[in-house]
Amino acid sequence: MTAPLLSLQKAVVQRGQKEVLKGLSLDLYAGELIGLLGPNGSGKTTAARCLLGLVPLTSGSALIGGDPVASLSATTRARRVAYLPQSRPVAWPIAVHEAIALGRFAYGGQTGRLSALDQAAVNEAVEACNLEDLLDRDITTLSGGEAARVHVARALAAKAPALIADEPTAALDPLHQWTIMQVLARQAASGSGILTVVHDVTLAVQFCTRVVVIKDGQCLASGPPAEVLTPDLLAKAYGIDARWTCDADGSALVVHGPAAQGT
Amino acid sequence: MSAGPTDHSRRLIPALAVASLLAVILACSLGETPMALTKVLATLFGGGDATSQTILWSIRLPRALAAWIVGASLGLSGGAMQGLLRNPLAEPGVLGVSVTASLGAVIAIYYGFSAGFAPALQIGAVVGALLATALIAFAAQRVRDMVGLILIGVGLSSLAGALLSLLMNLAPNPFTLNDMVSWLMGSVANRSLSDIALSGPIIAAGALVLLMTRRGLSALTLGEEAAHGLGLDLTRTRVLVAVGCGLATGGSVALAGAIGFVGIVTPHLVRPLVGSDPGRALVPSALAGGVLLVLADVGARLVPSDNELKLGVVAALVGAPMFLWIAARRSAQGKAQ
Repeated sequence: MTAPLLSLQKAVVQRGQKEVLKGLSLDLYAGELIGLLGPNGSGKTTAARCLLGLVPLTSGSALIGGDPVASLSATTRARRVAYLPQSRPVAWPIAVHEAIALGRFAYGGQTGRLSALDQAAVNEAVEACNLEDLLDRDITTLSGGEAARVHVARALAAKAPALIADEPTAALDPLHQWTIMQVLARQAASGSGILTVVHDVTLAVQFCTRVVVIKDGQCLASGPPAEVLTPDLLAKAYGIDARWTCDADGSALVVHGPAAQGT
Repeated sequence: MSAGPTDHSRRLIPALAVASLLAVILACSLGETPMALTKVLATLFGGGDATSQTILWSIRLPRALAAWIVGASLGLSGGAMQGLLRNPLAEPGVLGVSVTASLGAVIAIYYGFSAGFAPALQIGAVVGALLATALIAFAAQRVRDMVGLILIGVGLSSLAGALLSLLMNLAPNPFTLNDMVSWLMGSVANRSLSDIALSGPIIAAGALVLLMTRRGLSALTLGEEAAHGLGLDLTRTRVLVAVGCGLATGGSVALAGAIGFVGIVTPHLVRPLVGSDPGRALVPSALAGGVLLVLADVGARLVPSDNELKLGVVAALVGAPMFLWIAARRSAQGKAQ
């Protein structure tokens, strides 16, 4: 088997008195779309940020392409893994095409200085996210769904083998959630490795090739979504009483309420 | 892909460079003894009589150049600071360098160093600026985020401001106090080419450092986390901007005292012309700052008044309404600009 694109090994993160990650291990391979699931505060974002060198590990290791994150220069890291953070504040009203062009930063590219290779990567990302009509718009005037697509395109433009997307579908309507997940799934199908933090379990089942469920900084389960996300596991992870309803078109999760005590 | 309808940066820089040249020539021509533009040019290139040689090379040209250099360094520092902090209200002195440089100059006045040795005032300001820059650069490597850095800057500003007030409070005589107040108001009157030679290299070094941060400032538009993901070394960028602003702003305070509003207003004037990118706004912001301050100084010289009008006062009188205008336009558009 080829080496993982990203790897967390027995990662421990101590923040004050609290252990946020308690020996979490996680590998991302090319072609995978991993959904990182778990309740709020379970350590999903911390795990993602460890892999980017944004959170130092207390012990264990975070590897990108086999090398410890801390040993890589910012440019080398960015060429190996693109990042779409959870909060995406835009400070100045730049044009959409400028924001996407910034995705080429690690290659020295940005608006006004895009090589042919940079431009090709930008065009591909624009097409993947269906942004042709918005290129000259001021990014601060976009709707939430449009802005989310721009940020995804910016991350794709880097053409890094791996992508970490922290809640790319947060605060989006169902169509935009679906659109974003569809873009990520296509990207993975074409050979990228994508690790995405998600809260929508139904979306994870529909699009992810694998899910990793974490709680209290530990891995509860990992595997194909349909096998892993049983009502029992959901009760354990989220404390909910939830059932799958299935019909010919697929399955959806229906939450009935908090799980009964003792589960 | 086009660079967007609002991007005029390619034409903007040459246009502002020409405007800078014209402003300096205009400043050389206007004054108590008006000098025809042709005479100014002739004198600049070695012609002209002895009187116009003296007026031009010893008085008007150094003054205009000093105004341009100070305006440019403030415009550049303000643009870089707004880009780094991602905040339209940031100004070059936000990290405390300006006040500390002023404190250095006021110490030189208080202890009478500057009475015996005129450059002591400028040297005091330079020392203050360098100390503050070193402290802020040290802090920039250790803070977790920009808010931490701003808080340290505000702390430094307040401390230096308090010490400055203390020295004014304890001024040994009214003349010393007058010297302090007069210097603090900011002026480029009576500056010589050797004054420029003392602060100029420090400002130039700061400017070079700031120009290295252009791409990083563009990346920061999308937020610190995203910029990190793009491959930006955040700590390095913070340190470079802190050092660059410290040197450029500190050097300009040493040359002209505290000049407000140019640093905060100029980036806003040029940013809409370069597609709002803070990196691309740096050079135009510097050039525009230079033009603005040369013109403000012409105004300070030409307005008839009993006392000499201070450049710092005129710059604030012009800058503050501009700032209000920008604020009004910004809220009318309802977007971050």
